Amino acid sequence: MAVLKVTFTKTNRDKLAQVLWVLNWVSVVTGVTLFSLGLFLKVEIVKRRELMSKEIVSVPNMLICVGLTACAINFLGGKICYDCVDTTKFLRWKLLMLPYIICTFFFTFCILVGALMCYSMRNDLEESLFLGLRDAMRYYKDTDMPGRCYIKRTMDMLQMQFQCCGNGGYRDWFHIQWISNRYLDMTDSEVVERLRSNVEGKYLIDGVPFSCCGLHSLRPCIQHQITNNSAHYNYDYRKEELNLNRRGCRQALLEHYTQIMQSIGLIVLIIWLFEVSVLTGVRYLQTAMENVLRLGDPDSESDGWLLENSIADTARYNFNIIKNLGKCYQVDDDPNIDVPSSSLQAQENVPVKQIPVAR
Amino acid sequence: MAVLPIKFTKTKRDKLAQVLWVLNWISVVTGIILFSLGIFLKVEINKRQDLMAESQLQSVPNMLIAVGLIACVINFLGGKICYDCVDTNKFLRWKLVMLPYIICTFFFTLSVLVGALMCYSMHGQLEEALTLGLRDAMRYYKDTDTPGRCFLKRTVDQLQIQFQCCGNEGYRDWFQIQWVSNRYLDMSQREVVDRLRSNVEGKYLMDGVPFSCCNVNSPRPCIQYQITNNSAHFNYDFHTEELNLWMKGCRQALRDYYTNIMHSVGLTVLIIWLFELSVLTGVRYLQTSLENVLRQGDPECESDGWLLENSFVETARSNFNIIKHLGKFNQINISSNGDPNIDKPPTAHYGPDNVPPKPLPMAS
Repeated sequence: MAVLKVTFTKTNRDKLAQVLWVLNWVSVVTGVTLFSLGLFLKVEIVKRRELMSKEIVSVPNMLICVGLTACAINFLGGKICYDCVDTTKFLRWKLLMLPYIICTFFFTFCILVGALMCYSMRNDLEESLFLGLRDAMRYYKDTDMPGRCYIKRTMDMLQMQFQCCGNGGYRDWFHIQWISNRYLDMTDSEVVERLRSNVEGKYLIDGVPFSCCGLHSLRPCIQHQITNNSAHYNYDYRKEELNLNRRGCRQALLEHYTQIMQSIGLIVLIIWLFEVSVLTGVRYLQTAMENVLRLGDPDSESDGWLLENSIADTARYNFNIIKNLGKCYQVDDDPNIDVPSSSLQAQENVPVKQIPVAR
Repeated sequence: MAVLPIKFTKTKRDKLAQVLWVLNWISVVTGIILFSLGIFLKVEINKRQDLMAESQLQSVPNMLIAVGLIACVINFLGGKICYDCVDTNKFLRWKLVMLPYIICTFFFTLSVLVGALMCYSMHGQLEEALTLGLRDAMRYYKDTDTPGRCFLKRTVDQLQIQFQCCGNEGYRDWFQIQWVSNRYLDMSQREVVDRLRSNVEGKYLMDGVPFSCCNVNSPRPCIQYQITNNSAHFNYDFHTEELNLWMKGCRQALRDYYTNIMHSVGLTVLIIWLFELSVLTGVRYLQTSLENVLRQGDPECESDGWLLENSFVETARSNFNIIKHLGKFNQINISSNGDPNIDKPPTAHYGPDNVPPKPLPMAS
């Protein structure tokens, strides 16, 4: 009761081997594609490392490893399929093919896991961005501290490039002191008052950095005294929508990365389907070639299948193998204990007369 | 006295034909490259059309596009011809076409060279177009309510952010332009009215720049208003402050950008021109050697190939005479009344000893 049996003539087998050889080489190319997708993702994440609290390394590293492994596995597969046209050359690979197929089967699982990871990265990313952006905004003013002196530039370029402002919106800047004390005139009474009125002694204003200015605004940018309508002519901050960027940078970055990862995930899924089909072909080729060898005549027809018995039987059989492998390592102190006696007297079932003891 | 003659055996001719076939196909690819370079240049110029005044700049990409398409066609035909040249019978088909083909290709390579040189000579036009274009764009920066000019503010802001530049030649250009629209000026304020009155043309000028001039590398929050007034800001000296605003002018920034693109494109076109020239030379040698084979009659023998049959001077003279006679063909000789036999020396043949007969005595 083989699973999905297909009968192969000699020409069918040869054609299958040739097609699989070409497909394996195409798979090497897809492996290179996977590798470069992983590299691209890694570069994108490293570019904005400063804005993330925890760098997400698992997904790109997974893709890179899977890509390299795909290249190696499919290169070997190509060689095997190339040799399968000739029955004598197949004998070289006979013992290797089943382990190869099992390895490739687990490997395709890894590809699927990689694809699913791409779709599930979102939550981790959101949290990482939230914390990272919050810290970046906090250290915006610290351009004189080593290690933080480029955060201002990174933040400004981010806000201009993605047309966003702040973490969730522009109001986040109202709760942060983004002007360094170096540039505050402490002799000015206004400044001193503002500092005193804040519990933590921070200089907070209803203003935002210049990078929050919206490009589509019809009027010159209003970045200070945003909530004070009387400070500007013909201005109502509740109605003004184009003056500053409305979107929060966390949202903007999340969308950016989600788009990248969804595209990558889709491509990896397609590659996974392709690898599964190549694997199926190789399995059919292997079983067909083995049956040919069993029949003895290299030109005869042979059957190819996915599994020799039904899935339940194969599962039970493999489970028994694993169980016995386990039993192999158990140590019984006396190998002869509980072994029923196998001497001839036992067969006759006559007890031995006791030898009299000397008094 | 042929120019650069080379002897070709049969195998050499065949190999030359095959090599030229491959090279012609590569030339088709280079033709596509030329075409796409032209398209790329056209797109880049169109992207910033708002910032450039009317000029002849579009001629360069158009030239490259046309040349690229013609290169594809010419080299496709050349590939077919060279493929057939291996067989002497098939060559007879192309025999009459080959010389016109070679002459056309020669003039075509000249236009490729002209295209390359145009890339390098666009400087002057570019500079002028940018100066005028940027000046007008800055003037209309505030006119976001005028149809046709409403996107100039956004274009200029994007330009200054992307190219990290400010103004035409520097940030001071903004001091001479009113870039804040009257719609946003409070005419009831004394300050505003004073400033407007103090200017001859009634423009509201100030020592401030738009936000897009702000330098991201500055360690302090951007100072975009009252730039020249040191006392308006704490710990600020505008003479020594270099990181506050972008120092470069946008005209220079754009000019450098386009000059880089043009030089790269020009270099690529020059390399393609050299390649086309070498392919043309090979085709010329192939043509002359095959014609000589036909002249000698034996398809397997050696033959000479050359660039020109006689020296340059003689070839030039003979071509010039041909062109002169082509011209004369249409002239009508009026003085002789259209009589074709006038002024022609007698050509009668008077027998083996060529003695003119004695004139017959006239009856008196």
